[in-house]
Amino acid sequence: MSENQILTKDDFSSDQAVRWCPGCGDYAILSQTQKVFPEITTKKEDVVFISGIGCSSRFPYYMDTFGFHTIHGRAPTIASGLKISNPELSVWIITGDGDGLSIGGNHLIHLMRRNIDLNVMLFNNRIYGLTKGQYSPTSERGKITYSTPMGSLDHPFNPTKLILGAEAGFVAKTIDRELKHLQEMIKRANDYNGTSFIEIYQNCNIFNDHAFSNLTDKETKADQLLRIEHGKPMIFGANDNKGIYMDDTTPKVVKIGKKYSVDDILVHNEKDEFIADMLSNFTSNDVFPEPIGVLYCKERATYDGLMEQQMQDAQKKDKTPKTLHDLLNAGDTWEVK
Amino acid sequence: MSKKVKLETLDDVTIRFAGDSGDGMQLSGGRFTQTSAIAGNDLSTLPDFPAEIRAPAGSLAGVSSFQIHFSSHEIHTPGEEPDVLVAMNPAALKVHLEELVPGGILIVNKNAFTKKNLKLAGYESNPTEDGSLDDYYSVHYIEMSKLVANACEGLDLPPKIIERTKNFCALGVLFWMYDRPLEPTLDWLKKKFKSKPLIIDANTRALHAGYNYGDTAEIFTTRYVVKKASLAPGKYRTINGALASCLGILTASQKSNLNITFAGYPITPASTLLHTLSNWKNFGIKTFQAEDEIAGIGVALGASYGGSLGITASSGPGIALKTEMMGLAVMTELPLVIISVQRGGPSTGLPTKTEQSDLLQAVYGRNGESPIPVIAPTTPGDCYFATYEACRIAVKYMVPVIVLSDGYLVNGSEPWLIPNPDDLNDFIANFEKENTSGEKFLPYKRDTNTLARNWAIPGTKGLEHRIGGLEKQNITGNVNYEPGNHHEMVQIRAQKVQNIVNEIGPTAIYGKKTGDLLILSWGSAHGSCRLAVETLLEEKLKVAHASVQWVNPLPPDLKNILSKYKKVLIPEVNTGQFRKIIRSEFLVDAVGLNEVRGKPLSPASIIDKAKELINE
Repeated sequence: MSENQILTKDDFSSDQAVRWCPGCGDYAILSQTQKVFPEITTKKEDVVFISGIGCSSRFPYYMDTFGFHTIHGRAPTIASGLKISNPELSVWIITGDGDGLSIGGNHLIHLMRRNIDLNVMLFNNRIYGLTKGQYSPTSERGKITYSTPMGSLDHPFNPTKLILGAEAGFVAKTIDRELKHLQEMIKRANDYNGTSFIEIYQNCNIFNDHAFSNLTDKETKADQLLRIEHGKPMIFGANDNKGIYMDDTTPKVVKIGKKYSVDDILVHNEKDEFIADMLSNFTSNDVFPEPIGVLYCKERATYDGLMEQQMQDAQKKDKTPKTLHDLLNAGDTWEVK
Repeated sequence: MSKKVKLETLDDVTIRFAGDSGDGMQLSGGRFTQTSAIAGNDLSTLPDFPAEIRAPAGSLAGVSSFQIHFSSHEIHTPGEEPDVLVAMNPAALKVHLEELVPGGILIVNKNAFTKKNLKLAGYESNPTEDGSLDDYYSVHYIEMSKLVANACEGLDLPPKIIERTKNFCALGVLFWMYDRPLEPTLDWLKKKFKSKPLIIDANTRALHAGYNYGDTAEIFTTRYVVKKASLAPGKYRTINGALASCLGILTASQKSNLNITFAGYPITPASTLLHTLSNWKNFGIKTFQAEDEIAGIGVALGASYGGSLGITASSGPGIALKTEMMGLAVMTELPLVIISVQRGGPSTGLPTKTEQSDLLQAVYGRNGESPIPVIAPTTPGDCYFATYEACRIAVKYMVPVIVLSDGYLVNGSEPWLIPNPDDLNDFIANFEKENTSGEKFLPYKRDTNTLARNWAIPGTKGLEHRIGGLEKQNITGNVNYEPGNHHEMVQIRAQKVQNIVNEIGPTAIYGKKTGDLLILSWGSAHGSCRLAVETLLEEKLKVAHASVQWVNPLPPDLKNILSKYKKVLIPEVNTGQFRKIIRSEFLVDAVGLNEVRGKPLSPASIIDKAKELINE
């Protein structure tokens, strides 16, 4: 294989039989990932997929790249160690709402604040699938499941809000059924220098079917889905007849027509953390549409970059011992004859 | 003024410096250690400090101490009951007096025996005035606070700062008593406080004040000489186990050309390793302070997956949190080094005290059949060799390895013959090369001798493959749940660890080659057991000491050694964990001596127990 040979989807498909339930949203995500990776890289030996435990975490077995199926919730730790030991690699964490937000919640937030240059794809199906249908930290309150026959009591996490709160520099959201959009988000995440986070709404047709049908069904999606793009007004609705308007400091859904024109509609600025925070609050909100796209993208120093800098700076310091021999012989020494 | 001073030669002396946490006892002890080392004594130390960072001043909980045992012959322990106790306040006297040998020397800072301090320590009457001590000990009440205040008169320093130099006053008194030079301490002060000439001046004056006090005050009539020990020739330094382990890691990195990633989470007493290694970035050592213990070992394992050697360190509760990740390292057959610095347990237990109670945790404490090699350094200096060996074995056999250290080893110090890294075993990493054959890469293909798979790291062309916690098919590395394959893989993983016996040299026997009693120790119990056996041999008893460094796998010659003695005694700082292993491995009816007091074993107890067994 020559250095710059163009790869194809097949080059990223492993020989292992895919074992998700028929109809699972994971198939679409896998397929779009395999499709988009030839556009991302010509060196697949530099690509590593690292996952935790859960349905989504079987993902690396199906990618013909390097892959590591690790421990429940712990993928961010192994991915961090890998990336700081070899900053040349393209590292992708695959996780789910249980894996990433429940058992691995601590690692995920610390990953964000460190801003190590790697990518996170969180498949959110709002349920535990592999353990057969318990409610997850993103399940709506009152969810009837095997472990909550009278309804769940916990209030759910809003993932993008949590991740923005953890100081992430790249936060995006997409849906398993939005194939082109999903590919676009993966490309954007790859381009970002730092930790990029993509939440992917993914349907579990066995234990939580139709969790996102309002966003995927033809009849409802136009009015309930807001596609945000940098520099473009936040317009949605069947005939592009609705938009987000800032009434002083409060966002409002307005009809575009007599009172408000397109020029009155708020223009998305993905570099503005206040807009990102606001958009994250639209999630599961009865009044507002569900935003998909890049909520926030702003570069800041990466942990791995700063670490490499420190490693180089340490060479220049005069005080540091230069050889192992110096260190072994440091302090007071004496001869016994 | 002339005074008659008697010179008395002693074989060995144990001094305990005790005071409030803020009194600088660790520092005084450290300087006395360094000076004694330079004077050519063999020595061993035991720092002991409270878990609370700032316990209330003057309280019993806030007492900190440092014990040094120094000698004109080879020694192995920090000593038991001190011959000399320096008590800087009433609380220190209260806590430590009980252990001072009858007739021992007691040096007290009289100025600290104020009403308030006496009350804090629970004294109803002032022991420095009521005569309760005088009949039992050779007591020296010294007004150290006053001495340093006078010595530092005219210095532009607040009284509080001057008061703090009293530890150097105490040190000066002891330097006079044991005929030690002041120069090494004065040189050290100059280096340490380079930018603070006033502090150097104050401490210098305090040191001289103490020394001169010994020289002139009529109360001291004897000086003691502890001659040089006959140590093996060569260049020496003092070393503690924490630094020795770090040097072992650096040596491993340099001899193998591997980068090191050390990731850990702050925990007593393992944090020192993270601190030390963080200063060695210029050697290519990357350090990472993780968000928790699990992340610490996860980052280390991720680094190993990427072709660096990942290392983590922790203590009891932290090690408990890391166990699942150790299982993953076993399953994925990646190198990893876990340094477990044992402390008193269970749970949070005694964070600053030592214990050997995590042996079974290290050897067995994981789900599934999950064998991990365990090497236990025997002395502070041995931490260097054991850690180096752990790194080498981890890479050669593609396994996680536990270095089972403890609080006594990492904090204790001893003179150390500086090793030459060239003398250590060669260290080679087998990285899988690019695969351009067009054939499928087989990640679980094995070396026929070691059973290790090759290290196939991301970034290498043609090696794309998947690993993980699910059971793997041998050779192909594909996920596999077949009964026969699982059975085979369980055995391969066990055999791989067992193959490490080929790396273990003969077990050194100290004493009789056959006889009535073998005292068998592992890890840091070495020192107490060696001292006990030395004494027993002097009494012409037919005993020997065998000290084990590798506890999993066990040395191949151990079975034969055990058969040469009528009885076997295993002293350890737990309720009998190594004894359990030895009994189950060899069907030997070993007897235990088990003291779990948060400190090294008492050689006297070992001697008593040994005699009891011999005479049974």
